[in-house]
Amino acid sequence: MIIEHPILGPRDIHEFIYVGDASLINRPNWNDDDAGSKFYEYLYLRKNIAGIHKELWFHQQGDRSWLVVSRNTKTHEIVKVDLVTKVSKELET
Amino acid sequence: MYYNWLKLLKESLRNNSGWKKTWRNPEVKKKYDVIIIGGGGHGLATAFYLAKEFKIKNIAVLEKNWIGGGNVGRNTTIIRSNYLLTENEAFYEHSLKLWEGLEKQINYNAMVSQRGVLNVFHSDSQRDTFIRRGNSMILNGADAEILDKDQIKSIYPFLDFENARFPIKGGLLQKRGGTVRHDAVAWGYAHAADELGVDIIQNCEVINFKFKSGNCVGVDTNKGHIKANTIGCAVAGSSGLLMSKANMTLPIESHVLQAFVSESLKPVIPGVITFGAGHFYISQSDKGGLVFGGDIDGYNSYAQRGGMTTLEDVCEGGLALMPMIGKARLLRMWGGIMDMSMDGSPIIDKTHIGGLYLNAGWCYGGFKATPASGWCFAHLLAKGYSHKLSDKFRLDRFKNGFLIDEKGQGAQPNLH
Repeated sequence: MIIEHPILGPRDIHEFIYVGDASLINRPNWNDDDAGSKFYEYLYLRKNIAGIHKELWFHQQGDRSWLVVSRNTKTHEIVKVDLVTKVSKELET
Repeated sequence: MYYNWLKLLKESLRNNSGWKKTWRNPEVKKKYDVIIIGGGGHGLATAFYLAKEFKIKNIAVLEKNWIGGGNVGRNTTIIRSNYLLTENEAFYEHSLKLWEGLEKQINYNAMVSQRGVLNVFHSDSQRDTFIRRGNSMILNGADAEILDKDQIKSIYPFLDFENARFPIKGGLLQKRGGTVRHDAVAWGYAHAADELGVDIIQNCEVINFKFKSGNCVGVDTNKGHIKANTIGCAVAGSSGLLMSKANMTLPIESHVLQAFVSESLKPVIPGVITFGAGHFYISQSDKGGLVFGGDIDGYNSYAQRGGMTTLEDVCEGGLALMPMIGKARLLRMWGGIMDMSMDGSPIIDKTHIGGLYLNAGWCYGGFKATPASGWCFAHLLAKGYSHKLSDKFRLDRFKNGFLIDEKGQGAQPNLH
């Protein structure tokens, strides 16, 4: 697979580390009353989507940026790539 | 139909005209006592042990494609019980014992071959961890021996013992480990279950579960509605998709694992060898092909194929271990979808919905577990509580902290 890096252009996936579902950006607040069950869901449960899956890739052997890649898990086709900073800003607003 | 040598002789004299179908192709009934979703190795083994050991009469196995078309026919056929943690080791040792008596029990030649599984190590500290694992195996009733370099040289003279980076210092050998012809496992269990009256329904996809006052009471399929008060799911990589129909989110990611076969060669590798410095395992099939594999590709996938990056990594591992295979040509490669759990260990448990049971999370160790998985899942379905060999494989262990993390990698499925 080739990931279309927003800054560096097309890069082979062997330069990247796959981290998992992009929902891992939304770390729960440890101070919440139900933090225990929220962290259980955050850490262990996965939607495991068959279709367009938003996921985190780390460009370890490149510019060490974090990317949110939207990829079809049935075909491996990549439809969208964003820098994680952009996505997390969108989450905040 | 009972297979024996006399029948074989008779059929060889009349041009094999008298063989009957190995299993029937029955019509779906409206109601069963137990429905098993998934006609792979685990589902078929579950049906067989339910009928044989637990005397349940009215059983159906529903398979959306054809039986044996999934992971049971997509692995590298290795059986072993060389785990460290007692929760795993006792279970896999039971599985290996069942493999040893399997062919007689199911009256089918599955070519169980206990040719030995050797894990080589490359440093003093790795020797220590392998000795510890060997001791754990022996404590759980399995066999294990540590071989030194010369002992390995006498079996596998072609390994790269003097490799500058990863010299081979010795290995952990389990002589009772080996290989089994994987397709014959699916066919053999199907044959034996069918003989006991189990209905194996192929091309029957479950579309939805039916619930009544908090209990699961049946399934909707493309062949109509089927009632049952006990429903077991054993669908490996599709577990997340299936259980989402019951509004369940699982501690599982689906990943693709590739396997590779070379062209046929004369006998050269008598047993199974695994590399200790990377992820690479190899054996030679009776047809002569070198069967090998390594890591999963490492990203979520439902496509039954992987990429070249992993192929390159696997071949690098292979060449570091045995440079001679550089001359062999690759003939086939394929992928299967693994249900990678969050601690690398399986789940055989009831769910919070009455009558609905789950067998999943086998990561890429499901094939060797087939008999014990079927046995323990059948026990759970028949009696409603777990067999003592699988009572740690709980679905709620992630919530309660009783993880079974063989490698100590944490909640990162692509590292297990």
